[in-house]
Amino acid sequence: MTSAAQTSARQASGKYDLVIKNGRVIDPVLGFGREAHVFIKDGKIVKVDVDSASVRREMKALDSNQIIDASDKLVVPGLVDIHVHLREPGHENKETVKSGCRAAAAGGFTSICCMPNTTPRIDNQETVKFVQDRAKNADAHVFVVGAVTKGQKGEELAEIGDLVNMGTVAISDDGSYVQNAEVMRRALEYSRMFNIPVMQHAEDRLLSEGGTMNESFESTRLGLRGSPSVAEEIAVLRDIALCRFTGGRVHIQHISTRGAVEAVRQAKKEGVNVTAEATPHHLILTDKEIGKEFNTNLRVNPPLRSEDDREAVIEGLVDGTIDCIASDHAPHSAEEKDCEFDQAPPGMIGLETTLGLVKTYLIDKGYLSWGDALRKMTANPARILKIPVGTLGEGTMADITIIDPEKKWTVKADKFLSRSSNSPFIGRRLTCQVYKTILEGRVVYER
Amino acid sequence: MSRLSSRHLLGLEGVPRGDIETIFKTADTFREVLDRTIKKVPTLRGITVVNLFYEPSTRTRISFELAEKRLSADTVSFSPSTSSVRKGESLRDTLQNIEAMKIDMVVVRHTSPGVPYFLTRFSDANIINAGDGSHEHPTQALLDMYTIYKKYGKLDGLRVLLIGDVKHSRVIRSNIWGLKTMGASVALCGPATLLPYEVEQFGCDVYTNLHKALEGVDVVNVMRIQLERQQLGMFPSQREYTKLFGVNKEKLKQLKRNYTIMHPGPINRGVEITSDVADGNKSVILDQVTNGQAVRMAVLYLLRSKDDERGIL
Repeated sequence: MTSAAQTSARQASGKYDLVIKNGRVIDPVLGFGREAHVFIKDGKIVKVDVDSASVRREMKALDSNQIIDASDKLVVPGLVDIHVHLREPGHENKETVKSGCRAAAAGGFTSICCMPNTTPRIDNQETVKFVQDRAKNADAHVFVVGAVTKGQKGEELAEIGDLVNMGTVAISDDGSYVQNAEVMRRALEYSRMFNIPVMQHAEDRLLSEGGTMNESFESTRLGLRGSPSVAEEIAVLRDIALCRFTGGRVHIQHISTRGAVEAVRQAKKEGVNVTAEATPHHLILTDKEIGKEFNTNLRVNPPLRSEDDREAVIEGLVDGTIDCIASDHAPHSAEEKDCEFDQAPPGMIGLETTLGLVKTYLIDKGYLSWGDALRKMTANPARILKIPVGTLGEGTMADITIIDPEKKWTVKADKFLSRSSNSPFIGRRLTCQVYKTILEGRVVYER
Repeated sequence: MSRLSSRHLLGLEGVPRGDIETIFKTADTFREVLDRTIKKVPTLRGITVVNLFYEPSTRTRISFELAEKRLSADTVSFSPSTSSVRKGESLRDTLQNIEAMKIDMVVVRHTSPGVPYFLTRFSDANIINAGDGSHEHPTQALLDMYTIYKKYGKLDGLRVLLIGDVKHSRVIRSNIWGLKTMGASVALCGPATLLPYEVEQFGCDVYTNLHKALEGVDVVNVMRIQLERQQLGMFPSQREYTKLFGVNKEKLKQLKRNYTIMHPGPINRGVEITSDVADGNKSVILDQVTNGQAVRMAVLYLLRSKDDERGIL
């Protein structure tokens, strides 16, 4: 018997496959926030134990390669990103399901939701199945979001029942807004039957037509066509009204304006079934960045807003109006971005920088505690999607992220595992890096 | 001889007063050349200038081409319909190919704001912005300002009114930056739908009433109104635009002093300005065109002389 075979035989028969010891375990669901040890068997969490003496005894039966020492590290539920573009099928030059999952693992995400604006659109069972097949044995769980309407054209409802039957967890026409209020009303009513949220890219196209950046003095100064904040605010207000009327459930994607945040805040107070997400770039950057060098990696939709909007999004995140932090990971090739600002496709990658940005710009600046931040990247998105992840509870899948919270690093274009490197944060010095990412008990990423 | 602080002219925002004064002084020299029988100097002999015009232009392109020829530069003009742009070549590839032919300066006009800046990132040539979308058109503003300067001997303390489509006008933007740097006070006037968001942050007085806007003004610079804007719903009709914002003798009667009428062209006669005003004794519209020659020669010479030591001759 080779030693590897011996090890695997011993593991198969042993009480545990893997133990993560001495880490500071934070699970917003369980309420943990102290040193503990996580025991894993058959890809599931057996227990989270705070008794170090018993851990020492139990570990004697384990091989050294079955023990991860997480001293000075945070051990948290695998992160969940509710908004990711994997680009496959159709745009494999930008990203594939596999490469996107590798990027997710490198960023500490074990569960990601992929948006349906691929080519063809994910508006039918076959395409859902295709993506799910691609995601088999990938480095993250992929939850598919189906289209609201056929071809994402905003006209006829997609076969939402079929999509849900295939495992779709939500529907969205992301990239475009369901402009027709009647269609949106029917989508909210119909999706109620399956208890899934309609995720909305809230942007009234009639108001934002041709806009390439936020409409503000910056767009005025630069002569770039502006997309007004009121296009988002009106879209959000309409959807809240439709939710109230239909009893449906809407999730506002990448919220970016003060007016929209305030609308969601009031709607929640009133009991309307609305949730919202915000991206790191809308929490950190403003439209003032664009004029510095017309960096096309700053072109994104919704656009980077004013400082006042940025502050409002942070306030919404802090007071719970905004439920999730989502990357809106949107890969584009270097060739596509190497052009005139207003010709560049909108979008930026984010899976590999989100955690570092959240720590550096939200936790270290005192806006969020680790517990609050993690809740918005684990339990909250899992709750909205009703998926059984985002916690370290006994018997759940052993999706775990081990974080080196004070590790300093610099974002570099050539270090991304994503196929694309269109990040506006290249060159930034961040604090906090993923140490290991564990998917169903298997280490899928380690530094 | 004092030089400019940059080797490119991308816009007038942030360009120091000293640079503008240097351009004016140099333009005086070239203005004299234009009155000679032989309107040509060997200043840029051996220098190759490419005029890269991605957007249709007649007068700006001709003005640059003539300025270059009168400086003895070798020039090539290039526009998308006669190039490989239609074959899908990227802007970067196009310029890098041209640059591989060992060119020295690029005059660029493009529909996208920021393109001149974009070119500086991968080109060693001196880049001159001849209009980038609605962003800036620095040589037009320089020639406007030079024309005012020639008439009044100064810009400090003058009040200049710019009338028209403030939202889409690169000429207005460049004029705002340049005039403010030179100590003039700037007023803007146009329909509310053509005033861009937060326009007051330019630090200008903004009006939607032409009568009020004209109060105490020394210079009235009337912009061409693009009639396509009406189709986009920016104003109800050409008739109403002319009624509210068109400049005519009657409306100008309130101006007592030695005022000046300008227009960067091309003129829609009878729309934004009546013929009697455009051709009247207060108009310096054709002087602007002549001065444009001198100013563009000055800019070409000064940018190049930052890289190598040349005299004007």
